[in-house]
Amino acid sequence: MATATTELADRALGAASIAAPAQKSHLTRSRVRAAWLFLAPMLILLAMVAGWPLFRTIWFSFTDANLSDLSSAKFIGFENYLAYNDGEWYGVLADGEWWNAVWNTLKFSVVSVTIETILGLIVALVLNASFPGRSLVRAAVLIPWAIPTIVSAKMWSWMMHDQFGILNHMLLGVGLISAPLAWTASPDLAMTAVIMVDVWKTTPFMALLILAALQMLPTDCYEAARVDGIHPVRVFFKVTLPLIRPALMVAVIFRLLDALRIFDLIYVLTSNSKDTMSMSVYARQQLVDFQSVGYGSAASTLLFLTVGLCVVLYITFGRVRFDGR
Amino acid sequence: MKTYKSTTLFASFMLGAALCGAGAAYAAKISISCGAVGQEYEFCKTGGEAWAKKTGNEINLVSTPNSATERLALYQQLLAAGAPDIDVFQIDVVWPGTLNNHFLDLAPFAKDAVKSHFPAIIQNNTIEGKLIAMPWFTDAGLLYYRKDLLEKHGAKPPQTWQELTDTAKKIQDAERAAGNDKMWGFVWQGRAYEGLTCNALEWVASYNGGTVVDKDGKITINNPQAAAAINTAAGWVKNISPEGVLNYTEEEARGVFQSGNAVFMRNWPYAWSLAQGPESAIKGKVGVSALPKGGADGRSAATLGGWQLAVSKYSKNKELSADLVMYLTSAEEQKRRAIKGAYNPTIESLYKDPEILAAAPFMGELYDTFVNAIARPSTPTGAKYNQASNEFWNAVYSVLSGKAKADASLAQLEASLKRMSRGGKW
Amino acid sequence: MKKLLGWVGFYLLVAAIILYSVFPFYYAIVTSLKAGSQLFSVEYFPTTWNWDNYVSVFREQPFAYNLLNSVLVSFSVVALSLFFGVTAAFALGRVQFRGRGLLLMTVLAVSMFPQVAVLSGMFELIRGLGLYNNLLGLVISYMIFTLPFTVWVLTTFMRDLPKELEEAAIMDGANPWQIIVKVFMPLMWPALVTTGLLAFIAAWNEFLFALTFTLTNTQRTVPVAIALISGASQYELPWGNIMAASVIVTLPVVILVLIFQRRIVSGLTAGAVKG
Repeated sequence: MATATTELADRALGAASIAAPAQKSHLTRSRVRAAWLFLAPMLILLAMVAGWPLFRTIWFSFTDANLSDLSSAKFIGFENYLAYNDGEWYGVLADGEWWNAVWNTLKFSVVSVTIETILGLIVALVLNASFPGRSLVRAAVLIPWAIPTIVSAKMWSWMMHDQFGILNHMLLGVGLISAPLAWTASPDLAMTAVIMVDVWKTTPFMALLILAALQMLPTDCYEAARVDGIHPVRVFFKVTLPLIRPALMVAVIFRLLDALRIFDLIYVLTSNSKDTMSMSVYARQQLVDFQSVGYGSAASTLLFLTVGLCVVLYITFGRVRFDGR
Repeated sequence: MKTYKSTTLFASFMLGAALCGAGAAYAAKISISCGAVGQEYEFCKTGGEAWAKKTGNEINLVSTPNSATERLALYQQLLAAGAPDIDVFQIDVVWPGTLNNHFLDLAPFAKDAVKSHFPAIIQNNTIEGKLIAMPWFTDAGLLYYRKDLLEKHGAKPPQTWQELTDTAKKIQDAERAAGNDKMWGFVWQGRAYEGLTCNALEWVASYNGGTVVDKDGKITINNPQAAAAINTAAGWVKNISPEGVLNYTEEEARGVFQSGNAVFMRNWPYAWSLAQGPESAIKGKVGVSALPKGGADGRSAATLGGWQLAVSKYSKNKELSADLVMYLTSAEEQKRRAIKGAYNPTIESLYKDPEILAAAPFMGELYDTFVNAIARPSTPTGAKYNQASNEFWNAVYSVLSGKAKADASLAQLEASLKRMSRGGKW
Repeated sequence: MKKLLGWVGFYLLVAAIILYSVFPFYYAIVTSLKAGSQLFSVEYFPTTWNWDNYVSVFREQPFAYNLLNSVLVSFSVVALSLFFGVTAAFALGRVQFRGRGLLLMTVLAVSMFPQVAVLSGMFELIRGLGLYNNLLGLVISYMIFTLPFTVWVLTTFMRDLPKELEEAAIMDGANPWQIIVKVFMPLMWPALVTTGLLAFIAAWNEFLFALTFTLTNTQRTVPVAIALISGASQYELPWGNIMAASVIVTLPVVILVLIFQRRIVSGLTAGAVKG
């Protein structure tokens, strides 16, 4: 297990590992000691803020806890996950709505993260070039990320309003559509609308992380490439992309994690509509609206496992896909 | 021992009183969560401060989210942790069944005052024999219409949904032909949320289709009248109502209506003063009536809304908190709120009060609507109300958005409610 | 000619990016200058200059307090996460030891749990520590989403730094702390500024924890304050006020970016020296 995870983490970080044969020299030992010393405060803090709540949620997922009276929760094993009773299957895993939510979430995550990565890369490359007014453009690009999600979701829902929204007004004016679209209401468009807003909101995050990676690249490779007269597009694919790959991977992982847990945007834009319900919205509905802490915790735990699975898959296959060397 | 203790208590009390100056009796600070919104917040503040002054205590207003769902979530978090931070909670008419474990029985404090309130609301607030909240103000769905447009096209306010559909269609087409291509016939709340449950319950009840779950917990929704009612509503979408109505809440609907782009609107009483506001494009052109009937033998049905006041079990000052609740829900205070803020009182006799009728005439005209408002089935479904309501609005929503047929959808709804309630036992 | 075309194309791209990013914000500004029923009409340019919304945001609630709270919380979160992030990144990125990969994955796993699910556990923790309705409680709880991200990003960057620099420092007798502060930090400005900025914005925008863990108006942060801005009656949405408040909230972040973006550039020069 330990080696497997080490390998996974190494792959994710894309490291040409500093793999030196483990010499148990005095120096190495003191470095390892220092490393643990440095890690300790972070680990203690994380154990506190994350460990306890996580443990509690996982425990509740095996009980029949109810929000109105948490103290009377009883252990019921895997019943919240899957149970067979009188010829019918019960539990989260037997709930069609849960699978609908899983499917929605996956669809949303793959589409939005892909678009965000491509757009983020373009924006980062533009910002990496030097031109007058660059600092202002940089600030401008960050604005969507800076507006609180709650507010931007409301703002967009206003802009997407079918009657007095500016989006329909603009599209009608340009002649792209002939009748106002019901962006957030129509079952076919709701998901598109959610993805559109998410892309707008989180592209800056990707762009900024990629930009930081671009800024840290050594300039000598580029000099060499320019001297050799290699086409810039070729340079991008042969030099830039492999070099920023580790940073890109990490940026994508964190976007993916966020996308898979998407909650507030969907909640504000389309409420509890089944067409856009994500796993987090489902879990919250069970936990809070329906007060079934046990059942909702089971859904949360499954969400946790699903996200974990996606990340492991991504890291395993990501190496194959991105390895341009 | 006991005497000793009380003497020291008494002594320290005297000392405290002496230190604080004459007249400063034991003062407690009561935290109340009431009204997240401007005007409502102001009224709660003035009311609460009047009580504080009268009794020599202090009052602390806690503002909570405006959205009812978010407010409920916050309450649940606080109450589940047994937090004593808020003493008095303002709760929605459908919450008693969900939150009853956390609230005090107010019957011993209310005594005779109970009898003066609308019995339907008192019954709604009584769970397992405990009166867990006092009615504060009530709400009901109303039909708003454009007086000017109706007159122009020679139409009367509709008595049935069919009449509404025809009138709306006629005026909408005529107005569009005259160049107002943004005009729609009817706007309402069709988003997949609690508001849709309120709207749909009105349609179903007006066709005599019951209230989804009857007061004994029996599931009644799968009947032809209910299906007819929901089919009628589904026929409005893209016809007299924009498709976007499927994501409208109260404000989106009011936006369309108030900018002059709709003939009819279903909304709560709050929209009245706003539609008549100085900035409104339709000032002086608005009429209000009871919602239409299902058919000739149908009836006019309005969903009961409104808010109650409850005292937390975890409060450190239970008696004082209950006293505050009694003060705020008293006839005197409700009258003040009705005159100054047009909040519908929950005390029957106030509807005959000449001062109130002078300030808010519609309270007299629509008295029957308020008295006979239909309660959502929150009492029989208890803690499962949210879940049941969620199933109901989703079933209705799938019909409205054209994804399912009404009879099939209602049959499925019946099955899932049965499963949820373990055969109607809830 | 080809060069000119490329130049035009580039600026068109820049213009498109700016338009796409800024337009909704611009529209928010336009909206914030409207009043009453004007909200329901589409206008591309402000027709009236109505500042009432901005005035009422500050008059009707302790918005200045809320801004101050947000600033305090966000800066503390950034300082703490960068401190823990840099030290942890050094250990995880530069030192070989058993269980390192497992640790990295554990840290990552923390970001896999939905916020709604940790809410009640966190609520108990905050109450248990006596930090309910206290800004410190918010700072600690925000670590759950800023720390994993900071640690991972900084670890990636820390790894890619040349080995020779560190070896030279060790030769000079520097201890690990000195290596971090004197050798690595100057090289990592772009990464530090970027992660710091992203952590700042994440803390600045957080809503759910802030709503649940604070109770009084003077302890609340800006997003909660905005969400709690209300109209005169229950369903009325005070759109103008909300937009005005959003504009006010966004400005500090824009200023912050303008100040710190120079640091992102200075990383470039540092990198050039190293080559």
